[in-house]
Amino acid sequence: MSRQTSQKVAFAILTVLAIVVMVPIVLVVAYIIFQGIGAINWEFLTSFPRNGMKEGGILPAVIGTVLLTFGTAIASIPLAVGAAIYLAEYARDTWLTRGIRLAIINLAGIPSVVYGLFGLGLFVLFLGLGTSIVAGSLTLGLMTLPVVISTAEEALLTVPQRFRVVSRSLGASRWQTIRQVVLPNALPGILTGVILGLERAAGETAPILFTVAAFYLPQLPRSPLDQTMALPYHLYVIATQVPGMPLQIQYGTALVLLVLVLSLNVVATVIRSRYRRRRQW
Amino acid sequence: MAEFTIRNLTFRYDDHVALQDVSLDIPANEITVIFGPAHAGKSTLLRCLNRLNDLIETEAIRREGQVLLDGNDIYAPKVDVTELRRRVGMVFAVPIPLPLSIYDNVIYGLRMQGETRATRLAERVERSLRQAALWDEVKDRLGEPAMQLSGGQQQRLCVARTLALEPEVVLLDNPTSGLDPLSTAKVEDSLRQLKAEYTIVFVPHSVQQAARVADSAIFLLNGQLIEAGAGERIFTRPRDQRTEDYVTGRFG
Repeated sequence: MSRQTSQKVAFAILTVLAIVVMVPIVLVVAYIIFQGIGAINWEFLTSFPRNGMKEGGILPAVIGTVLLTFGTAIASIPLAVGAAIYLAEYARDTWLTRGIRLAIINLAGIPSVVYGLFGLGLFVLFLGLGTSIVAGSLTLGLMTLPVVISTAEEALLTVPQRFRVVSRSLGASRWQTIRQVVLPNALPGILTGVILGLERAAGETAPILFTVAAFYLPQLPRSPLDQTMALPYHLYVIATQVPGMPLQIQYGTALVLLVLVLSLNVVATVIRSRYRRRRQW
Repeated sequence: MAEFTIRNLTFRYDDHVALQDVSLDIPANEITVIFGPAHAGKSTLLRCLNRLNDLIETEAIRREGQVLLDGNDIYAPKVDVTELRRRVGMVFAVPIPLPLSIYDNVIYGLRMQGETRATRLAERVERSLRQAALWDEVKDRLGEPAMQLSGGQQQRLCVARTLALEPEVVLLDNPTSGLDPLSTAKVEDSLRQLKAEYTIVFVPHSVQQAARVADSAIFLLNGQLIEAGAGERIFTRPRDQRTEDYVTGRFG
């Protein structure tokens, strides 16, 4: 085979592979839309479930997921961004820093159900928070820490070193340099990482299983110490625990969850591309 | 207007001896040129003067000797390094504008020092940009991104940015290395005018540039000070054979 031919063959194979990668995503989304779109209407999105979930809507679950996402953000962002700044700007290569990085890598590998059990033991029982939005948010926050720390640190390291040197040479302190030069330029990257982390948290079932999720609540939560319903758990329940559950409602719920999560993705992508266009370096 | 006195300065990092027992005087209101071949220690010496070497990210830094600014050791424990860096400004070999507007670049150092009065800032911006011979070219577009300027303009912006802090000493590490001859000439002219108000320490791009601007000159080779003297003399009647060899181009 000549060099030209083998190049064409290789390129053709790679193109096919790239298309193959897109197929599952398209299939999943298309199938869920197809099966579930019939259930989507105003009532479905804005009312409570009735008649053992078989009728009515999913409003409390949607609200619950939104609340939990906010809670996760509050629980994880300050700690994660702070850790990322420490690792990127202050830490020297000592056993301590290496230990921290090892811990973060390990945190990322822990199964989500283990996080759920941990959250049950520490937040719900030991700290006495009970099954609540706070306990759920803390558990989800813990779970998203490694993702956000890694992406935030990477975003900080992308800021060229020469900016820091110039800032210091003009008499700025290390913290001023971080606040005035490094952070503002790393912010889009950090934001993208945060959104991707939150997106994952919004769709998780296991961590909220023991820490916050309720099967059915007649009203919306009124305080952070209340339980709440949540979309992933709701979907699990209606798909497995309710006999005679109309298929369309199940897929409709899945569709809503999918749309919520994917729209976070879209936001992250938009931020990323606007940032790339506006970046001066 | 300030002068530096350096006594027996030795600087080592990661087992590499960058400077060895260097002693010299940098007189006020003169252009002192530090020249020599690559890796002679010129940039290291410059960065000792504004303690930018403090930023080196390694544990194995060893420094001996004294660096005195107007008689005071800049490495003394209680020295305010940010104030030192205001008094001793630096321009780098490659223009490094911050990703901000022209105006915000020039006032950056002032803002870090806490200056917020808009009139004060505006005054300083105009004055420094004039001193750097850039005012006429940018006065109508101070709000534009600094990175859209040409290389020569960016470098003059960096000079203005340093001058905005009203330093006493200006360190220039090969500032014309990437510039065309016209921009280079502009920078050299600015220096000749600036020395009336500032003490200037300059690492040149070439021996010819050194000879053009030096009031006094110091020849460094492998971290050691070989010869120091008046600009005129060192380039025409060097005393050390190595100086002569370098100045005449036998090595470099």
